[in-house]
Amino acid sequence: MGLVARAIEAAGTSTLSLTAARSITAAANPPRAAFVDMPLGYTAGRPHDPEFQTDLLSQALAAAWTITEPGTIVDLDVGWSDDQAWKDAATSGLDNGIRQADGDSRSPRLAEPQYQFESDRAAAEAATA
Amino acid sequence: MDLSKPVDYIERTTLQYSALGYEPYQWAHRPDQPPWTPLRKPLSNSTIALVGSGGAYREGQVAFHWKDDTGIRHIPTDQPAGDVRVTHFAYDLEPARSDPNIVFPVDRLNEMVAAGTIGGIAPEAIACMGGIYSARRAEEELAPAIVGAIDAMKAAGEVDLVLLVPV
Repeated sequence: MGLVARAIEAAGTSTLSLTAARSITAAANPPRAAFVDMPLGYTAGRPHDPEFQTDLLSQALAAAWTITEPGTIVDLDVGWSDDQAWKDAATSGLDNGIRQADGDSRSPRLAEPQYQFESDRAAAEAATA
Repeated sequence: MDLSKPVDYIERTTLQYSALGYEPYQWAHRPDQPPWTPLRKPLSNSTIALVGSGGAYREGQVAFHWKDDTGIRHIPTDQPAGDVRVTHFAYDLEPARSDPNIVFPVDRLNEMVAAGTIGGIAPEAIACMGGIYSARRAEEELAPAIVGAIDAMKAAGEVDLVLLVPV
């Protein structure tokens, strides 16, 4: 997404990249970024915790207005938990420290659409028929 | 590791891939100064466009496939996040399917508009699926599609800041 942010900004629109993967974002070097210390898959907050999510987004958006130097990452005061034990096991993908996976922590890379519900397939096929 | 520090996923994934006998993965590295478009209005007057790479789609749309899908989906932001589906090969989908706001925070952004924290939300959000293994395809296929969608939104209305939410 860092590369996408750079392209959007180059085309004349300001961006803010939220990130839970600080080193990957630092490498891609988007114009403005806000880091949250969350497991992968939870970038915008804890599930069913609107207060947490609103605080996270408010801090992130406000941070965008503090950045004057292109390529800045602001470290927000937002984290998954005071207990940081999840970081011990977190690698990437499915094995994010909240859930454990053995070996390759990614699902198979399949070339066919992967629907959440089987009924979605029928709906999509009807819409594109 | 020092648990107070962010997890270095580049280091960890490099070690993991090495242990599995995979080819090392090359993350995009752009050390040059990033492009820059100044913010012109305060947050409370700014219209935010959401771009999420968590693989969101809505019923009636073709879902993303899991092999370098560089397509995008347009998702109306006047619909609740609970109507959004998500599909992705590289993160645990269960919590995001239970509350899509954690990867596609459209409910929270609408509430922030109502509260006056932000000026507005663009009528459509753009969804894509991250984990494109080819930086070239991300830059030559995905990025232009998203830029085109943002430009179309700006032709029809305002977009002052694009908020990118990866997973």
